[in-house]
Amino acid sequence: MDTSIWRPILYLIGFMAFAGLNAAYLGWCERKGAARIQRRTGPMEVGFQGLLQPLADGLKLMSKQLLVPDGVDGILYRAAPILAMIPALTSMAVIPFAGNVQARAVELSVLLLFALASIGMMAVLLGGWASGNKYSLIAAARSVSQNLAYEIPMLVTVITIVMLTGSMNLEDIVLHQQGGFWNWNIFPLVNHSIAQAIIMPVSFIIFFICSVAETNRAPFDMAEAESELIAGHMTEYGSMGFGLFMMGEYLNMVVGACLITILFLGGWDCPFGLFPGVWWFLIKIYILLFTVIWIRWTYPRTQIYKLLNLSWKILIPFSLANLLMTAAFIKIF
Amino acid sequence: MTVPIQCRHDETFVLNLGPQHPATHGVLRVKLTMDGEYIVKAEPVLGYIHRMHEKMAEDGNFAQFMPNTARMDYLHALAYNHGYCLAVERAAGIEVPERAEYIRVITVEMNRLTSHILWWAAFLLDLGGFSPLLYAFDDREHLLDLLERVTGSRLTYCYFRFGGVYNDIDDEFITGTHAFIKRLRSRMPRLYHDLVTGNIILQKRLKGIGLLTEEQCRRFGCTGPVARGSGINYDVRKNEPYSVYPELDFDVPVYTEGDSMARYMVRMDEMEQSMRIIEQALDKLPDGPIKAKVPKILKPAAGDYWASVETARGDLGMRLVCDGGKNPYRLKLRSPTFCNLSSFAEVAEGMILADALAYMGSLDLVIPEIDR
Repeated sequence: MDTSIWRPILYLIGFMAFAGLNAAYLGWCERKGAARIQRRTGPMEVGFQGLLQPLADGLKLMSKQLLVPDGVDGILYRAAPILAMIPALTSMAVIPFAGNVQARAVELSVLLLFALASIGMMAVLLGGWASGNKYSLIAAARSVSQNLAYEIPMLVTVITIVMLTGSMNLEDIVLHQQGGFWNWNIFPLVNHSIAQAIIMPVSFIIFFICSVAETNRAPFDMAEAESELIAGHMTEYGSMGFGLFMMGEYLNMVVGACLITILFLGGWDCPFGLFPGVWWFLIKIYILLFTVIWIRWTYPRTQIYKLLNLSWKILIPFSLANLLMTAAFIKIF
Repeated sequence: MTVPIQCRHDETFVLNLGPQHPATHGVLRVKLTMDGEYIVKAEPVLGYIHRMHEKMAEDGNFAQFMPNTARMDYLHALAYNHGYCLAVERAAGIEVPERAEYIRVITVEMNRLTSHILWWAAFLLDLGGFSPLLYAFDDREHLLDLLERVTGSRLTYCYFRFGGVYNDIDDEFITGTHAFIKRLRSRMPRLYHDLVTGNIILQKRLKGIGLLTEEQCRRFGCTGPVARGSGINYDVRKNEPYSVYPELDFDVPVYTEGDSMARYMVRMDEMEQSMRIIEQALDKLPDGPIKAKVPKILKPAAGDYWASVETARGDLGMRLVCDGGKNPYRLKLRSPTFCNLSSFAEVAEGMILADALAYMGSLDLVIPEIDR
């Protein structure tokens, strides 16, 4: 691999731009998508179809005073929003967008991604704890129990993929699925047995639910359930602190979508085996992101104990059974 | 989910819910003693929007209190109009022309529809579903346009007069109402029931949660959909008929489960019944005057009068005491939401916060009506 100094710099600029644009414009997409679902028009004033709205919002947030209320833990209160952004941004470095379009090829990139995802949870925890607000504290407690519950089935599902592929490198996992949708992990008809083809869609559904829950998106947005906890861990935040939390949420969504694409949908592979490339990767992640937005604006919010029951009583047993069966099939066939 | 609470009281904390909180729909404040996410004790604190309406009634003459009635239960204002008119008409012995009675029933039921639709929207908002709000407001908008056409206002109606109504309804209103009912009937199964009622998350959050027993209902004096969701077949329109309700054919939906889902279903079924009432009343609408001849300044004979009507939230009682003067001597309101809310402290005990808020939503609170 080319080890010139320009490669990291180029990628840093590229990924920062990608991350920044996504963080800003997914908000716009969400507002427009919600508006479409609810038969409204959404933002229309700033620029054509409200396209400059994210810039206007950003300017507004930046021009506001960063208010630190009395009685908060000053350092943690300021650190939390930054911590919401950093893991998501760092994760981008190991994601292969296409063959060789990757900032760093890390052998254990799957492990790194999940380690970073767990740090992301700390932002909510610290924000909720440091705010000195009871609602924020409840949100923090909810967020921790939710993330703990959903990381287990998520990781177990990933282990099945790693077992199938024999590698913890995201690029290898994608290369393993090349050559049309019949080779993808979501529905592997060719490379594997029929039994495997039945198991994998279940894994996909488990993983999708978990990643929605991990990114605190509706219907699992327990941490910011506005009708119960006002704004959850973000209640005491204003100005760009709030903005960073929001951007962090969207970036986490992007990382989650990238991960699903890589693990199940064949990464940059074309569904028909033609012209593989970065555009397929982007199309897939935006379809996934749209689905997440669609779900959010359709379903009511679930309940914290129902959410935990879903994970502990349904998803974890199912994912463990999946793991066991996959192991058995690998051994037998 | 109710669990027996075994907490040490030095480990609880007080959560101040409201007066400004997204779930309290107004300025209700609830002091919650919490053990983690479980409520140990709930204490509603009222009075943040107390405006002395009952005292205001004593300071003006009978007609001057009329606009105030719309400002208590602002979501079913016409029922308050109706209750007050009934009380004064009983006191002064005024006969209301039949056409006026029919118009009253039509507009009150339309207002009940707007109230239930708005409750549905706000309830889903409590449960975290935002989109139904927009769909519901679309339907409500049509109703408000129709009501605006005949009453002149959209929310705080002052439409009824002693001995009749202020304005006659026209053909466009009648055709518009028929068209609206057709539209809502086609939208109800698809948008309201398929998308929301049948949703598994909604079902899981409402079924078996917020149990209010029949005994509790009777003890707290709960009425309206709250009582009918607990198996009490009590509807003022049937039990103490007033106006032309006895001439109209409608059912009183009663569910015996007593959970939030039962209260939800009662209101959903009531919307259909309201549409039936409106259709029948429009068909039977007689010709004639819309207002009886009533003196400008009323001086009812001294006495104690009672009128009660079924609002969207339950039994509204108006006790009117007259001393023969031009002002009411005393007007006492028995507002349904006050009694319904009083059950909250007992039912919410041991519930998790989000379930308690869903229970509160299923009571359909209108805070200005509690405080008056």
